[in-house]
Amino acid sequence: MLEVSGLTVEYATGKAPVLAVDDVSFSVEDGEFLGIVGESGCGKSTLLFAMAQLLSPPAQITAGSVTFSGKNLVGMTDKQLSALRWQKLSVVMQSAMNALNPVKSVAAQFADALRAHGMTSRKAIAGRSAEVLRLVGVDPVHLKSFPHQLSGGMRQRAMIAMALLFTPELVIMDEPTSALDVVAQRSLMVQIKELQRELGFAIVFVTHDMSLVSHFSDRLMVMYAGQVAELGGTRQIFDNPLHPYSKGLLEAFPGIRGPKVPLKGIPGAPPDLSIVQNGCRFLPRCPQRLDECATTAPELVPRDGSTVRCLLYAGACTNAQPSTGAKK
Amino acid sequence: MRFVLRRAGFFLLTLWAAVTLNFFLPRMMPGNPAVAMVAKFRGRVTGQELASLETLFGVNSGQSLPVQYVHYIGDIATGNFGTSLFYFPSPVIDVVRGAVFWTLGLFGVATILAFILGTGVGIVAAWRRGGLVDSIAPPVLVITSAIPYFWVGMMFILIFGLKLQWLPWSGGADLTATPGWNPAYVGSVLEHAVLPGLALLITAIGTWTLTMRNNMVTTLAEDYVRMARAKGLKSTRIMLDYAARNAILPNLTGFAMSLGFVVGGAILIEYVFNYPGVGYMLLQAVENEDYPLMQALFLLITVAVLVAILLADIATAIFDPRTRSSE
Amino acid sequence: MRFLRAFTRNPKAATGAVLLAAFVVLALFPGLFAHDSPTAELYQRNLGPSAQHLFGTTGLGQDIFAQAVYGTQQVLIIAFGAGLASTVIAAAIGVAAAYLGGFWDAILSLFTDVVLVIPLFPLLIVIAAYVHNSGTTVMIAVLTFTGWSYTARQLRSQALSLRNRDFLAAAKVRGERARYVIVVEILPTMISLLVAAFLTNALYDVLFASSLQFIGLGDPNSTSWGTMLYWAQNNEALQAGYYLQAIVPGACIALLGASFALLNYAFDEIGNPALRPVRRRRQRALLVRRLSRA
Repeated sequence: MLEVSGLTVEYATGKAPVLAVDDVSFSVEDGEFLGIVGESGCGKSTLLFAMAQLLSPPAQITAGSVTFSGKNLVGMTDKQLSALRWQKLSVVMQSAMNALNPVKSVAAQFADALRAHGMTSRKAIAGRSAEVLRLVGVDPVHLKSFPHQLSGGMRQRAMIAMALLFTPELVIMDEPTSALDVVAQRSLMVQIKELQRELGFAIVFVTHDMSLVSHFSDRLMVMYAGQVAELGGTRQIFDNPLHPYSKGLLEAFPGIRGPKVPLKGIPGAPPDLSIVQNGCRFLPRCPQRLDECATTAPELVPRDGSTVRCLLYAGACTNAQPSTGAKK
Repeated sequence: MRFVLRRAGFFLLTLWAAVTLNFFLPRMMPGNPAVAMVAKFRGRVTGQELASLETLFGVNSGQSLPVQYVHYIGDIATGNFGTSLFYFPSPVIDVVRGAVFWTLGLFGVATILAFILGTGVGIVAAWRRGGLVDSIAPPVLVITSAIPYFWVGMMFILIFGLKLQWLPWSGGADLTATPGWNPAYVGSVLEHAVLPGLALLITAIGTWTLTMRNNMVTTLAEDYVRMARAKGLKSTRIMLDYAARNAILPNLTGFAMSLGFVVGGAILIEYVFNYPGVGYMLLQAVENEDYPLMQALFLLITVAVLVAILLADIATAIFDPRTRSSE
Repeated sequence: MRFLRAFTRNPKAATGAVLLAAFVVLALFPGLFAHDSPTAELYQRNLGPSAQHLFGTTGLGQDIFAQAVYGTQQVLIIAFGAGLASTVIAAAIGVAAAYLGGFWDAILSLFTDVVLVIPLFPLLIVIAAYVHNSGTTVMIAVLTFTGWSYTARQLRSQALSLRNRDFLAAAKVRGERARYVIVVEILPTMISLLVAAFLTNALYDVLFASSLQFIGLGDPNSTSWGTMLYWAQNNEALQAGYYLQAIVPGACIALLGASFALLNYAFDEIGNPALRPVRRRRQRALLVRRLSRA
């Protein structure tokens, strides 16, 4: 249903361009829940916006394709995109306070989207708006409120309701629960999963909180420094993480059960993307580095049903040639 | 509602400050113009008029300062601005009335036009970053906003009035035409209004455009604009309903603050074009040392600015639901 | 110092700086450029431009070029003097209001707002009317005491956003007094804003001072661009066809004002990168260039 292939996003900074998203490929099936995790600055939000064709200068897609519903979204005009937007593909952003227009009522913002795609009858608009709010557990009486009058949790739910106005095939979510407290977080996640089961849409969910997404996602993609580090089934990655970074992430979260162990963080910081690197980008922080890691940039290789970008597994691949030279 | 009440309170406070200024200024200035003034007229006016003059200037040594002050406030509150010294013996109010019509008619309209046009250009410039409007408008406007108002007026007189002889450049209307709603007079009024109006328009438009453009640029980076794009809304709708509606809010308050400068510009333009408005009258009053008239005009201008600010605040309250609930 | 580099690369800043520098040089060394005394009424009246008189002569027989050059002094003194003074007052009041907060903030802000709203130019006219023939010092004083309110507001809101930052909390915990914190900690971080405030004030001082002189409320015997315009208007220069008498001083004011305005605008751009000119690249061209990577 969604096929992202070789997507690359550059930020033009006047000097060397910065590759915020570097050759990312993955696919999403109907009704699937794909989680994308990574540190701040790894490019996951940029990836989301690139997928939905919502980037603004100085960010630009410079390579790759995003095939959705059989069409490549990259390079489409706004007019062509509007046929798909919201009806087949909708977006939920991180902070509803920022994502909702502060001077328009909730009802007006719902009506905007509905009218933009052909619904004209006021009754129909009011009906659908109320229906969709009820779906997320918000009383439709709040339709006439303004965003600042709602509580944080209600705002996020309203935003999710707005995304479901046309029961799209795919909903892209950018850390929609980060602005909430832990209890509200979980309740919202449960609700989202419920809705997915009911309405059958696929979800691409971006977050920095791996433990949050682990209970809800079918597959997981770990990103680091703009590249895909590991991609595979959620349970699989949790039980047997391949990439040293994934391992590090999992070890950083305390388990509820089991003996108390000292927490291990991942030392160091993500690399400066404006400096072109030969070799693996995770090298300075990797506890399992090999000699080749400094000079050879690893490619994605399949392994046990997942794919992973690490030289530890490159040799194990049967017909893989050793990667030579600097990464493109 | 509370918001509007607070602003009305501020309005009154500022008005009081202006009146107090009017009272104390002549007493603080070197050479004590107040005393000189009264002395000048001593022989020529009736007892009652002299009394009102003395009250106006507090020169009556029989009363202490606070008492004079109270009397003064009382006079102003009842609309007694005294008698004009130059247009003696007409009361100031009558003299002022005529000028108000001219100024409001021309400059009121020109200012509002400048605001609307400027905001419009600002919106377009920001929406099409790097486009034609955005590349030309900002640098040009930065420069035009630095040109003194009166110089633009003088250049207009030079080019359109003297050289090309397209339009008249002095006075409010043809002096030979009979005032009234007849077409000859009205036509003459409009003719005379073009150059001064344009002069004000050109100089005032710069600030509105620049601030609107800058506000728009910041607003366009907001998440809700991105969300509007994601929803597949039409470009113009996003530009107006989501971006401009939010970007204009700080501009409205700015409008009020810049009004002070526009008023200054209007005064100068009236002077250059001999346009019989409030500003022209103020300068004439200064030249003729007609202090009562001068003070009344100052108060009038202050009131006008305050009213405009109040209106802008009401507009903000209407357009921004956040102000209604807070405080 | 990255700031300085960004500054020199910006074309608006460069233009503004060059203009300003040119005027400063003219003011400091007028004798190098103008060989006549600006006040000497030696020449034939109302001459047009010539090799002897670059811009011609005035209605009183004075050399216009000399007047323009010497006039730079007064206007720059006023601009820098009043500009600096009002910036200092604006900073003092604005930052104090933001830092002290609560009651003091309310009082100071109210005071600022009231002064701000009272129309500046009419007030200047009224004051100048009472004073008669204001010289340079009076002009500076009057402009300073009326002009600080606009920038005070801006500085206050900026100081407010700084107020809760950690380095200020650290200073407070160390036990430093409010005065110290304001001067030593807050102000240096606001340097770019202070400079912007100064430029704004300077621009308006130039315009207002010239305007006052133009309508005759300055000292008509002093040499300044505003008075040049005053005399031009008095002698009905435009009607009589002696255009340069009006054009030259006006152009000077506009150029000096433009230099301040350009510098100010450049500051805005440097401080807020989103405002910088955007070069539109065509997406398709880029895609074509990079498609080989996929």
